[in-house]
Amino acid sequence: MLYNEPSPHETRILTRRLVYPQAEPIGYEQYAAQQGYEALRKALAMTPDAIIDEVKKSSLRGRGGAGFPAGMKWSFVDRKSPKPKYIVVNADEGEPGTCKDRIILENEPHRLIEGCVIAARAIGAERGWIYIRGEYRRMIETMDRAIAEAYQQGILGANVLGSGTRFDLYTHTGAGSYECGEESALLESLEGKRGNPRLKPPFPATSGAFQCPTIVNNVETFSAVPDIIMNGGDWYAALGAPRNGGTRLFCLSGHVNKPGVYELPMGYNLLRMINDVGGGIRGGKKLKAVVPGGSSCPILKAEECDIAMDFDTLAKAGSMLGSGGVIILDETTDMVKFLYRTMKFYAHESCGWCIPCREGTAWLKKILERLDAGVGVSKDLDMVDQLAQSMFGRTFCALGDAAAMPAMSIIRKFRAEFEERIRSAQVFIPAPETRPLVVL
Amino acid sequence: MTFSPQLEAKFADLITHYPEGRQKGALIPMLLYAQDEVGAVTPEVIAEVASRLNVKPVEVEEVIGYYTMLWRHKRGKHHIQVCTNLSCMLAGGEELYAQVSKKLGIGHRETTPDGQFSLEETECLGACSWAPAVLVNYDFHMKMTPEKLDRLIESLGSKQ
Ligand SMILES: Cc1cc2nc3c(=O)[nH]c(=O)nc-3n(C[C@H](O)[C@H](O)[C@H](O)COP(=O)(O)O)c2cc1C
Repeated sequence: MLYNEPSPHETRILTRRLVYPQAEPIGYEQYAAQQGYEALRKALAMTPDAIIDEVKKSSLRGRGGAGFPAGMKWSFVDRKSPKPKYIVVNADEGEPGTCKDRIILENEPHRLIEGCVIAARAIGAERGWIYIRGEYRRMIETMDRAIAEAYQQGILGANVLGSGTRFDLYTHTGAGSYECGEESALLESLEGKRGNPRLKPPFPATSGAFQCPTIVNNVETFSAVPDIIMNGGDWYAALGAPRNGGTRLFCLSGHVNKPGVYELPMGYNLLRMINDVGGGIRGGKKLKAVVPGGSSCPILKAEECDIAMDFDTLAKAGSMLGSGGVIILDETTDMVKFLYRTMKFYAHESCGWCIPCREGTAWLKKILERLDAGVGVSKDLDMVDQLAQSMFGRTFCALGDAAAMPAMSIIRKFRAEFEERIRSAQVFIPAPETRPLVVL
Repeated sequence: MTFSPQLEAKFADLITHYPEGRQKGALIPMLLYAQDEVGAVTPEVIAEVASRLNVKPVEVEEVIGYYTMLWRHKRGKHHIQVCTNLSCMLAGGEELYAQVSKKLGIGHRETTPDGQFSLEETECLGACSWAPAVLVNYDFHMKMTPEKLDRLIESLGSKQ
């Protein structure tokens, strides 16, 4: 199913086979009739190195959040290792503001399967898992049906399209945990354990699933691969911005007229995204701020939004492109409440494995809760900033950073709003015994 | 303890998905699928799954405490999850949660006495562009309004 109409401003590569409202997923027959699995046939005639080179040339960067170059990640796998090699698809899709992997899982499962088999060829993998968040059960069922079709067609199994190599692919359900989207926690979860992150290095390419060399990529990353192999890395790179190849799915949500998931070239201007693609701010209101790539990305104020949406430009502006979740806030948005809700999320999702994150997120939530309730004090503002700073970079995985970045950026960029809340609220504090500290 | 033939077939297949000797990989999926059938991860489910995968019961206990979808007490026949995370909050998710809570007389992770409904205030469900989102068991309901939500609950209640 597609839940929003496409926009005429889109560049449809990844979504080119989808027709709104796409009531049923694209099955094997239809996929094959529209060049489906031709890229795989082509890849099977290529050497693994040639496949990796093409992906490197495409400057495809990870769509799960960090934007790491996919071809480079694949080249880290030691193909000569005697251990089995594995492919893991990250379909945990948990970053607030992000709802794009489901477009592929729900509508075009064979695209993802094709991307996985090509990647398996590139690194010599014999098995793969698609780790899908538990709430996406219907999508797991869709993927399972497509996987069964692919086995029937000899695309998966003992002899992939007669190439003499084996590749098995399975779905694996999560059971409710944002942290399990972090790749090393995901691997722990795949092994049947609590999703606590691993110490890195070693990275998964050296020691991943079941301690074997593994590549973990996002759904959208793998799904981009068939077109790259079909049309060449240079073609894909040219669709986007320098060092940021191709198109990506942007998830527009919040105060816009036409929220939805849209496929746009990397480097697309954010203001145009809001106004042309998203139909502008709802109710004729003014833009206040944008969270450009999911809740962990530092916020951009309205005046910072005339910017190209690619990994490097956003990093230069002190933010991140992240997972493509663009949350648009109008002038009426209460930033104190917005940050409190963000911290409530991270405190809930912190796995508790490392202390800076477990304590940091819990305290950030408590302090912001009282600020939001109107019983905060001025020194709380510096405390939020300091807590976030002390957590940043000091945790096993990036969840600590993911919580610290919105905290620091929102409290710095909208400090006046927090101060105003404290001032106006203190008027209503009637007696000393109800002073803020009791809320602790 | 035995499960339905369909679930037994699913488990038999699932166990083959993990490398030799690493069948523990099937643990979390098995617990979730068993819960779907039994209604909760009961002590019997824990013992059964532990013995089938040849792991200690404590290894099962420790994952139950971690994953929010695994419940030790029974969920309702209709488990309603209302997202109140950022995009849904901006679209009225918190008000929807309060509305269901009032209508059903239950709070976060509680079940109605008749076992029909349970409720959960949930984190991002991955439907941000079509907010606010509600998940009933495994079915998504997007772009919810107070009226649509009332009608949804009434239609679920009348299904018995
Ligand atoms: C707390 C946390 C949550 C994450 N959640 C996801 C997720 O839901 N989906 C995803 O693809 N990547 C997620 N990531 C990023 C992964 O760790 C990893 O970078 C990614 O799967 C690599 O694939 P890519 O290079 O194709 O993006 C998360 C990272 C962190 C720190």
